[in-house]
This record gives sequence, structure tokens and C-alpha cells, in this order.
Amino acid sequence: MSPRFVTGKVFGSLGTLAFVIVFNFFLFRVVEGNPVATLFRGRNLTDAQRLALRHQFGLDGSKLDQFWHYLVQLGHLNLGRSYETNATVFSEIAAAAWPTIALVGISTLLSTVIGVAMGIVAAWRRGSIRDHTLTSFTMTTYAMPDFWLGMLLLIVFAVLLGWLPIGGISDPTSNATGPAKLADETKHLILPCLTLAVAYLGEYAIVMRSSLLDTMREDYLVLARAKGLRDALVRRRHAVPNALLPVVTLIAINFGFVLSGAIAVESIYSWPGLGHATYAAIRAPDLPMLQGLFLVFSASVIFFNLLADLAYAYLDPRVRTS
Amino acid sequence: MTALAEGQTPSARRIAWSRRRRAFARAWRDYCSSGPGLIGLVVLVVIVLVALAAPLIANHDNLDPSKTLTTPLWASPSQHGPLGTDNLGRPIWDQLVYGSRISLLVGLAATIIAMVIGSVVGVAAGFYEGWPSSVLMRVTEWFLVIPFLPLAIVLAAVLGPNVRNVIIVIGVTSWPGTARLIRAQVLTVKERLYVERSRALGAGSAHLMLRHIVPNVSPLILANTTLTVPIAILSETTLSFLGLGDPLRPSWGRMLDEAFSNGAIGKNAWWYYLPPGIGIVLVVLAFTLVGHALEEVLDPRLRERRS
Repeated sequence: MSPRFVTGKVFGSLGTLAFVIVFNFFLFRVVEGNPVATLFRGRNLTDAQRLALRHQFGLDGSKLDQFWHYLVQLGHLNLGRSYETNATVFSEIAAAAWPTIALVGISTLLSTVIGVAMGIVAAWRRGSIRDHTLTSFTMTTYAMPDFWLGMLLLIVFAVLLGWLPIGGISDPTSNATGPAKLADETKHLILPCLTLAVAYLGEYAIVMRSSLLDTMREDYLVLARAKGLRDALVRRRHAVPNALLPVVTLIAINFGFVLSGAIAVESIYSWPGLGHATYAAIRAPDLPMLQGLFLVFSASVIFFNLLADLAYAYLDPRVRTS
Repeated sequence: MTALAEGQTPSARRIAWSRRRRAFARAWRDYCSSGPGLIGLVVLVVIVLVALAAPLIANHDNLDPSKTLTTPLWASPSQHGPLGTDNLGRPIWDQLVYGSRISLLVGLAATIIAMVIGSVVGVAAGFYEGWPSSVLMRVTEWFLVIPFLPLAIVLAAVLGPNVRNVIIVIGVTSWPGTARLIRAQVLTVKERLYVERSRALGAGSAHLMLRHIVPNVSPLILANTTLTVPIAILSETTLSFLGLGDPLRPSWGRMLDEAFSNGAIGKNAWWYYLPPGIGIVLVVLAFTLVGHALEEVLDPRLRERRS
């Protein structure tokens, strides 16, 4: 992997980020009619107060002045204030980030590991009953809206069986600390995490299956078998590592979709993360909050795509040497 | 050309058409040999018939809560109608049947928008070289990286919730994948000998694109279309569930939104939250099965792998 390749990729991502920032600014300026009026609806304001508020929100001056103001504030990590809570958008997002990172991180780990394993089993015994069962299962979960799957799991495990809590991140009546608190939060995490994991493992299984089927036709695999290596060894050492490459890219591409899926799933389970914040901001509507969230979502997707490109180049010798 | 072909030999147009007919018959035969593809097709035809026959098998008046004052609230299927009623006494059956229209309409119309943008960008980026191509690909990459749902949410919030805007939002956010796929195919097609021959005979860009490139990538566009529709339908469902759909017309996503926010889960009103979800799963699965079967028939690379 030459330094030139890396810098090229990094600058490409920075270009995309710049595009998102410009796009983000103008999109919301086109939307917003008069935020001050929205925010203080039903209250009598003098013209002077109105002007002061417009200045405070950075809404006076020409569009170009506003854009410059926006960039400067962005440089200071100032994303404005929420219309609803009047707290800074940055602090709101920072508070909601951890629950989402935990949820998306653990569910992505689960869905990739289980999905890849299912894909390997299905491809290795192609056409068997096991293959047909697994493929039907993964196709069905792939076709389900993630929030509907969440509703079904909620009904079965929380309402009918009563094994798990119906929502939130912790039991509001308990004031446990330390390990007890962690155990309580883990119990609340199980259902949303399971929902996202099941909703996304189908795609990994399908891609892993077809990638492994392609790899199994390669000459080096035929050779490995012909020279008498055991089946499991051929699979583990020769086929699977090469077939994993497309899955690596898919994880990064899917990251954006998992974040999106988290919006609906978090709102079902009242999981206090970025998705739930987005849901609340849509219903309000709270434009500075939406703008900040959109920027965070886009920036993290760009970052993970860059990571995937670099990982791919590192893992695939054909890209590495060129 | 036609002057040379006079006499007993059939005209070039005739040859081309009979060849196309044969190719179509072969593709259809191949398609019929795919079991999942046929199942998907049958399910799809049934759902489309239900959507078209909605006025015959369901009552549109029942969607208006002011006209369902006499029906019981939260009635289970055994108490009222084929599928029970919701919190306002509206029968689920009528909502489900009319909802299929919105879900299919949004899925198909948004896909057409996405396919037109994706194909034009893909063909242009593949056919032209130099800066127009790199500019188009850069824009495609930007749209590929922007997370789809947040963008769709922002756009829907900006444009306002109605069916037309939902279609536009999903259409303009779903094209980049198609553009990339088609560009890759155009890049290989345009190096083929007959394109070079045509160019040597003095064909212009428009002729090359319309007569040689586009017909060669159109099977790919068709297969990609059937795989984009289910994604568009799922997107509509999610947008409606988040409250960004049309508040006046029921879609399956909005039914789920209303079921959830009106407490169907606590009441365990399974007749409310199961049917729309099953409908979505069936229509998405059907389109996916048809799309994969078409891909295997139409994509020469996959055809080789299968045999």
C-alpha cells in the first residue's frame, strides 16, 4: 500500500466531507422559513428582540455571510442550539452518542459473525437442505422492515413472556450503581441489539455465500484439494479468507444503513441514542438538531468507508502491490 | 443496407426482430426453469391484482373514521370482518387493500426515477472519457456515501409529507448504486469490436449510445430495477413509520406507525400489526426472487456460473 494511495483516499474522503458540509448548510437554509417565528410562536416579541434572536442564531446577513458564520462555528464544534431544549446540539449529540455506539457496535459484531458463519455453511454444502433452510431464513429477515421485526420481538419477549424490559436504557425505579447498573443496562440492550443483528445478518450471509461460491471455483482451491488437503483446512485457510474481502467492504457500506436502522429501532425501544434523538427531532421539528445529526451520521459513514477502502487494500494483495 | 438485402433475403429489420423474439423466448424458458423466480412472479401478480381490484374488494369509505362510527373499536377478526378493526373502528382489511396501492405506487415510481437518473449518469460516465466522466463519478460517490435514510428524512421534512414528495425523495436518493453498476458494464461494452466497427464507419456518439450501448446494458437495467423496487418499498415503509409519509392516504408503513403509536402492542392487537408487516415481507421477497431470477437469466456471467 503506497503512501500515495493512502493520501489519495484520505483527500477523497475530505472532499466528500466538504461536499456534505456545504450540502448540509444549504439544504437547511432552503428549508427554514423563519426559525425565530417557529421557536417563539405564540409570544409577543418586539422587533429589536427578534433581530437580536436572529443574530444569536446566526440568521442575519447574506447567505454567504451565514455560510461563513456556519463554517467558523463548525470549526469551534458549535452546531447551534436545539429549538426544543435550548441545550447545545453538540452536548445533546455527545450524550446520545454512547448508547448508539454500544448498540450499533455490538449488533454489527453479532450480525457479521453470525451472518458470515451462516454464509460459509450454506455455500460449502450448496444445494443441501441446510443451505435451503439458511437461505430462506436470511432472505426473509432481509425482507422484513427492521422496526417491524423489533415490534415482533418486543411483543414476544417483553409483552407476552415478560422476560425482558419493554424499553429505555435502565430501570427508572432502581438506583443501582456499579455492576448492578451495568447488568440492568445490558438487559435493556438485548432486544434492540438482537433486532438490529437479525435485521442485518441476512445480507452478510447472502454476500458471504455468493462470494464463497465464486472463490470455490478458483484454480488455487481446486489445487489445494487435489494435493490432498483436508476439506476443513481448505475451507479455513484458502477459501474463507479470500471470500471475506467483499464482506469487509459491505460492513462499511452497511454502517450507514445500520445507523439508519437504529433510527427506527431505537424509537421503538426508547433507547436514548442518536436514532431516538433523530426521531424526536423529526416530530418536533427541531432543525438545528436534525442538521447536527445529519452531519454526524454522514461524517461517520465517510470515515468508515475510508477505513474499509484502506482495509481492503491492506488485505487484498492485488490492490496492495499495484 | 436494405438495398443490398433486396430479393429473397429478408430485410435487416426482419432479421433483427426474429432474433429478438428468439432471444426473448429463450430468456422466458430459462426464467421458467427457476422455481423461486416463478413463485415470486405468482405472488407479485396476486398482490398487483389486489391493488388494482381495491375498489371491488374493499370499501374506501371505511378509511374515514367519521364514517365508521357504528363499528366496534379494537374488534378482533372473530368479532368484525375478515381482519378486525383499529382504535378508530376502521376495518383493517380495507386499510390493508388500499395500503397496497400506495406501497406499490411509491416503490415503482421511485424506482423509475432512480433508474432514469442512474442509467443516464452511468451511461454518460462510462461512455465519455476525461473530466465529464470523473465529475459524474465523484458526484455519484458523494451520493453513495451520504447515509440514505437521514438524507431522505431531511428531504421529506423539507418538502413536506405527501405521496409525491415521498416518491421524489426515495427516487433521488436511490440512484448511485445503479449508476456505478451501469458504468462498469458500459466500460466493457464500449471496447467490443462491433462498437469499434460502427465508430470506424463514422457513427456519432448519439448513434453509438442509443443503438449499441443502451440495448446492451438494458437487460442489466431491468434486473436492477426489480431489485431496487423492494428497497424503495422498504424505504417508504420506514419513512411512513417515522411520520414522514402522507397523512391522508394509508400505506403499510403508516398502518404500522399507527398500530405502534396507538398501543396495539400493549393490547396485543395482532390483527393490526401483523397483516401490514406480512404484506411488506411478501412483496419485498417476491420482487427480490424475481430480480435474482432475472439476473441469472440476463447476466451472461451468472449464466455461465449456473451451468
